[in-house]
Amino acid sequence: MGKYAFEFERSLVDLEERLEFLRNEAADGTDETASQVDQLEKQIEKLREITYSNLTPWQIVQLSRHPNRPTTQHYIESIIDDFVELHGDRVFGDDSAIIAGLGRMDGRSVAVIGQQKGRTARERVQRNFGQPHPEGYRKVLRVAKLAEKCNLPLITLVDTQGAFPGTASEERGISQAIAVNLAAFSSLRTPIVTVTIGEGGSGGALGIGVADRVLMLQNSYYSVITPEGCASILFGDSSRAEEAASLLKLTAEDLTGLGVVDGVVSEPLGGANRDPHWTAWELKKTLVAEIDALVVSDSEELVEKRYQKIRSIGVFMTEQGETIGSPLQMPDLVFP
Amino acid sequence: MPLSSWFPSKKPQGAGEQKGAAKQVPDGIWSKCASCNKIIYQKELRADLMVCPQCGHHYQMTAAERIELVSDPGSFEEYGAGITSVDPLGFEGTKPYVNTLERAKGRTDLNEAVVYGTASIMDSPVVIGVMDFRFVGASMGSAVGEKITLAAEKAIERKCPLVLFCASGGARMQEGMLSLMQMAKTSAVMERLGRNGIPYISVLTDPTTGGVSASFATLADIVLAEPKALIGFAGPRVIEQTIGQKLPKGFQRSEFLLENGMLDQIVPRSEMRERLGTIIAHLAPPTPVEAPTSGEVS
Repeated sequence: MGKYAFEFERSLVDLEERLEFLRNEAADGTDETASQVDQLEKQIEKLREITYSNLTPWQIVQLSRHPNRPTTQHYIESIIDDFVELHGDRVFGDDSAIIAGLGRMDGRSVAVIGQQKGRTARERVQRNFGQPHPEGYRKVLRVAKLAEKCNLPLITLVDTQGAFPGTASEERGISQAIAVNLAAFSSLRTPIVTVTIGEGGSGGALGIGVADRVLMLQNSYYSVITPEGCASILFGDSSRAEEAASLLKLTAEDLTGLGVVDGVVSEPLGGANRDPHWTAWELKKTLVAEIDALVVSDSEELVEKRYQKIRSIGVFMTEQGETIGSPLQMPDLVFP
Repeated sequence: MPLSSWFPSKKPQGAGEQKGAAKQVPDGIWSKCASCNKIIYQKELRADLMVCPQCGHHYQMTAAERIELVSDPGSFEEYGAGITSVDPLGFEGTKPYVNTLERAKGRTDLNEAVVYGTASIMDSPVVIGVMDFRFVGASMGSAVGEKITLAAEKAIERKCPLVLFCASGGARMQEGMLSLMQMAKTSAVMERLGRNGIPYISVLTDPTTGGVSASFATLADIVLAEPKALIGFAGPRVIEQTIGQKLPKGFQRSEFLLENGMLDQIVPRSEMRERLGTIIAHLAPPTPVEAPTSGEVS
């Protein structure tokens, strides 16, 4: 049958499949197979640790795109009660690359918005692989304004390779649609928490991602350009994406170091796809705590604090030659 | 002088480095227009504000040329000229980011891709900012984001309109997510500008794309553009790859944006100063000018 596996996890997944087969055999019950199962389990545990404990940026990018990685829809179904989806931008149409709606999380009413890539081939096509058009961002704005009006904390789940780069997007003003959201989110008088759950692709991600708290799942990435796009510009060769992924500093760890990201939500070893329910539970715990901490602020104070946070992002040199902001600290390389 | 020196060299300086950049100004005494291929006299091109006398193609201008073009003589006072980029990620692709920056500085006499300051246009005080495409494709990194933000804050402080001439290849990839976040930063300050009742006019010039078009450039109260400027979110090549076909002529040009409702007007360069003056006079009728607060450092 063959489970989906990236090159770097192939040997592990092969062993796991063998284990599954042996377990079925062991059900018939010879002592020999039982001890084989035992041995294999230990071997797998060790290999899993080796495979996943020091992931490279490119491996993280791959995991973030895993076909079985949980989507916005999964998290909504797992952690939001009585979800009511809201459709349409009231101007042009409904963009199914973005899900927006209202629900309850841990007893509190919230608004939730996220890009949805789709779980089956059919759904992926129907949702344009989670790449929104302008009407998607305008739906986001409408629901964000509703959240503000009714004092609902806003949760946004980012998972897109980027806004859709097609002719219709340009005709209907994708630039303006994203820009308006950036401005509106910066002054929205309700708490906003954003979590990159998979791919955080450039302006199309940021178009729903300006927030009081910016979080990332452990194996997600957030970048100004896709590694393929960067490689294509730098080396004229998009297949050198692995190198570009390292240059861009796009992992949760690096971005926390740069002060762009406030916190990281843990995933099970090997990625969220290995245990979607556990991941949803981790995400919920974090979201509840973050929102609890934000709702106590007065809305004016909240907006001012958010503004100052956004205002201060960047690393540059002043006229007096002083460096503002902190460049990424490179770990000292120790050569044996 | 050999006859060949009358014509531009085959490969204009720096052309290889800015792939996909808009057409460069040809050098030499006589040259072929990059748009209509007709022979043009350089002196005439300069006299016509870098607009081809044959076909009206608007060549890119430097920040200094633009400021001279639209502001009242001697009125411009620059702020933040020394603000400059650092290399926050230690970015080394085919060449280190620090080298890219040094080269750009050497070639342009600028410290960054945007210049801003106070000036007057047809006697109305304004804060004006101009992006210069020669500096790393006027891409937006932390320093550009900071200067745009400071320009908006200066307009709030002076209570006078903000005018920004935009040109950009997009976010500055070499600064990674820090550059993407400048979109949020510059958009947030424009929101503040609006809440303070300060009019904001942006002029989109060739080319205005990516992270700049999807942030402060399109958030203005009045959005103008020069004729035939390339304006869009995704680059034409990326779109062609996505849809798997050639784009129609004129796609993502100013005229296309006007037709789709994304611009207020297309203004030829020769009329820019006057048009801006008229708009500013309508939006911000002259009031007694307040003395600038003391202790300001330029």
